Amino acid sequence: MDIAEKEKQFQDKIDSGQKIEAKEWVPENYRKQLIRMISQHAHSEIVGMLPEGNWITRAPSLRRKAVLLAKIQDEAGHGLYLYSAAETLGVERGELIDQLITGKAKYSSIFNYPTLTWADIGAIGWLVDGAAIVNQTMLARGSYGPYSRAMVRICKEESFHNRQGYELLYDLAQGTPEQKAMAQDALNRWWWPSIQMLGPSDADSKNSGETMRWRIKVESNDTVRQRFIDRTVPQAEAAGLTIPDPDLKFNEETGHWEIGEIDWTEFYQVIKGYGPCNKKRLRARQEAEHEGEWVREAAKVYAEKQAAKKTKAA
Amino acid sequence: MSTDQGMLWEVFVQAKPGIPHKHAGSVHAPDAEMALKSARDVYTRRREGTSIWVVPANMISATTEQDADSFFDPADDKVYRHPTFYTIPEGVKYL
Ligand SMILES: [Fe+2]
Ligand SMILES: [Fe+2]
Repeated sequence: MDIAEKEKQFQDKIDSGQKIEAKEWVPENYRKQLIRMISQHAHSEIVGMLPEGNWITRAPSLRRKAVLLAKIQDEAGHGLYLYSAAETLGVERGELIDQLITGKAKYSSIFNYPTLTWADIGAIGWLVDGAAIVNQTMLARGSYGPYSRAMVRICKEESFHNRQGYELLYDLAQGTPEQKAMAQDALNRWWWPSIQMLGPSDADSKNSGETMRWRIKVESNDTVRQRFIDRTVPQAEAAGLTIPDPDLKFNEETGHWEIGEIDWTEFYQVIKGYGPCNKKRLRARQEAEHEGEWVREAAKVYAEKQAAKKTKAA
Repeated sequence: MSTDQGMLWEVFVQAKPGIPHKHAGSVHAPDAEMALKSARDVYTRRREGTSIWVVPANMISATTEQDADSFFDPADDKVYRHPTFYTIPEGVKYL
């Protein structure tokens, strides 16, 4: 069978809604695109732990602290499910981690913003995880089995992340004037980055044709973004908070909330490495890798010794 | 700089007693003991399991997609393996 025929069979399979499984023949670019997407996604989960980790020791109550810890542990889990899914495409985990710590790999631009106050922890759960849920629910319908199954698993866990964040911010918004101002300030700073994290607008999205044809993505960035906006605006209202967008208005005809112009120059600046925390995030991952080295080393030597003992005894 | 991640293990989780173990994903670990602990932390943070198996990924043999048709076709023409193949007179019970 020649390549063109194989590609046709592959496309037919995808068009009929079947999932592609590990080790099946796939076009080289399908494999490449997926490795790129899944590993960027995995890195985002891992780097995403950093801004929140900043507040663990300063959580205002034991309840909030336990919740934040559990939430961050989930994000570590998400990173690992995703590295595991990427590996089914024949790439080594060590290679992906190298790409992250050498600064070659990208991760979600949003994690390059700092968490300045406790309210930011609420804003992240509510907005960042909220945007992630909408995106990941879409990705769960994608064509690659291992990625789609990882998404299903992740989505089940995200709902808790989203709700704890909203609850936190809602409680602040019902508190003292200072607490309410803190909640509003967090929303002001996190709103636009959350809108941007769903990716460039459809007109400028360079990868979208192929990824949609192969059903790696089943909906465009703008469609997903609109769903996020429609869900979130009423939630802000219910908490008595104001979305920082003077042009925001409800379109009676379409039933959608319309937002003002998105400042994409900022988005691209952050992606290119000029965000407020890019360097700090990278350094933290390098340190973690370096400081964990003796643990991996010791575990390996221990495993070898145990194995040697076993063969001796046998 | 390349980090040694340890061996790759496939993870199978039994959600509750009495049902089969199901593939959940994979972990890296230098030995089975650490693979089990890591699998517990990664795949059962909410009591999703009562039992876990870990198997070195390179020990699993699998059929390939290309051969799947010919590999499984001996079963294609044996409809008589299914109970619905047989005609039973009306009114006869418990068959
Ligand atoms: Fe996550
Ligand atoms: Fe999350």
